[in-house]
Amino acid sequence: MAVQQLTGEDLAEKVAAGVPDSVEQMVDGVLWVKSPKIADVAGFMKSDSALDFNFLNSISAVDYIDHFEVVYHLTSMNKRHTAIVKTRLNGRDDLSLPSVYHIWRGADFQEREIWDLMGISFSGHPNMKRIMLWEGFEGHPLRKDYL
Amino acid sequence: MWREGENPPNPPLRKGGFRRQFRNLPPLQKGDQGGIFVLLILPGYRGKNLTTMPIKTEPMTVNIGPQHPSTHGVFRLRVTFDGEEILEVEPIFGYLHRGTEKLAEERNYTQIVTLTDRLDYVSSMINNQAYCLAVEGLLGVEVPQRAKYLRTLTAELQRVASHLMGIGFFLQDLGTLGTPLMYAFRSRERILDLFEMLCGARITVSYMRPGGVFFDAPDDFWPALDQFLKDFESEYKEIEQLILENEIVMVRTRGVSLLPLDVAINASVSGPVLRASGSDWDWRKMDPYDAYDRMEFDIPTATGGDNYDRFWVRIQEIHQSIRMVKQCIQQIEPGPIRADVPLILRPPGGAEAYGRVEASKGELAFYLVSDGGISPYRCKVRSPSLINLTVTEHLLVGWKLADMIVTLGSLDINMGEVDR
Repeated sequence: MAVQQLTGEDLAEKVAAGVPDSVEQMVDGVLWVKSPKIADVAGFMKSDSALDFNFLNSISAVDYIDHFEVVYHLTSMNKRHTAIVKTRLNGRDDLSLPSVYHIWRGADFQEREIWDLMGISFSGHPNMKRIMLWEGFEGHPLRKDYL
Repeated sequence: MWREGENPPNPPLRKGGFRRQFRNLPPLQKGDQGGIFVLLILPGYRGKNLTTMPIKTEPMTVNIGPQHPSTHGVFRLRVTFDGEEILEVEPIFGYLHRGTEKLAEERNYTQIVTLTDRLDYVSSMINNQAYCLAVEGLLGVEVPQRAKYLRTLTAELQRVASHLMGIGFFLQDLGTLGTPLMYAFRSRERILDLFEMLCGARITVSYMRPGGVFFDAPDDFWPALDQFLKDFESEYKEIEQLILENEIVMVRTRGVSLLPLDVAINASVSGPVLRASGSDWDWRKMDPYDAYDRMEFDIPTATGGDNYDRFWVRIQEIHQSIRMVKQCIQQIEPGPIRADVPLILRPPGGAEAYGRVEASKGELAFYLVSDGGISPYRCKVRSPSLINLTVTEHLLVGWKLADMIVTLGSLDINMGEVDR
């Protein structure tokens, strides 16, 4: 039994009903969420019995110069479906997102890595420090303006 | 003469043998554990039961690594011990960070294949496969059948090689002084020789390309593969007989460093480590790529989640991989080995793809974003070794120093992939 990717409007409607004022839109199978609400949405998507996203595959950050995108790939092992959730952060300085550490422990190293290499800090993460580079390193190398 | 407050003198030696010297030691009291008696020299302690004496310990923090033979690379564990018991663990890595993701942004899509070899350098075929699947997802290219079979075949051979190394080093960490490791390497060398026939390289293979594979297998390859499979059957039986029900292995690993399923899933653990905790999650079954939808295989699972189960799952997976290799040999047919793709690829701008495979360590995925140029705008690697390390603290706290090394071996991490 293969895994299905949830791409339809019903996912957006369900999340919007569970966490009010959180969903921006559903485009090309990607659920866009407002950045301050990402931890609430994550908590809802994990605890809701029909969605049941218990496995966090990966968190990625992409630098688009004028804004950053953070992408969450999720899987439900019980319901056998996947989903992609994205959020957008405008600007380049003092970027912060709510951490999903307490929802999925697997976010631990990935959020630290994003802070280290992309410079997006996660509020609520208990150990937000550099992971690949040493303490005292200046800059965030995966940003497009780092040469 | 002996005075109050001084150590009592040893009684004068008696005539007779060694045992006769201890005839008049005090008998065991009711509360005594029957533990260590200091029999000989220490004045004042003679005859006392040390296990009932209070022993003062204080926590001590030790850095294990970054250059320690059993850390499987440059990896550091900052451990706080109370005696031999582990109180706190903090894994520290990044010593092998080469910035693969940044390098990938400046190379074209075909060149990045060589970078993926150097992630998990004991299973480079599978890394190639994950990356190529991601690029094909960007381009929307359909891979020819023969290439799919060649990919499946080489990926499974690579999984055997990687698991053999995992098993060998796991037993090395138990202190077996090389014998099982050499047995494992004997078979692994044969697999690397087969890869050399395919593409000229043994470790950094770069065999797969977006759209297929680089070379078709030479005519010599198929008899050599048959011979390997024939020999491997007896060689592997030998390894299994040596280690699978070995009493010392059982005693040292059974019930040690338990990983419950809910902890494993919550910490995004994947691969054999997850399957040893009771899940049957395997991307080869759940989201079949390449030729896996035509393969018949089982997913070995264990329910204990201890060190032995992680080791056992790898041993059983080798059987399934060999089964798949045999099916590939039967089913493969002549045909093109690469889709009609140009050397310099230009995926459409704004396209993105998440190509994932079940690598030997767990779920390996490449998240690629294209801006229409000849190199990816963003190339993120989801490395299973890094994320499996999330549970280090859960696995190690409360266990002993000697178990720590074995548990690290049972996770089967690869620092090339952890640090990227």
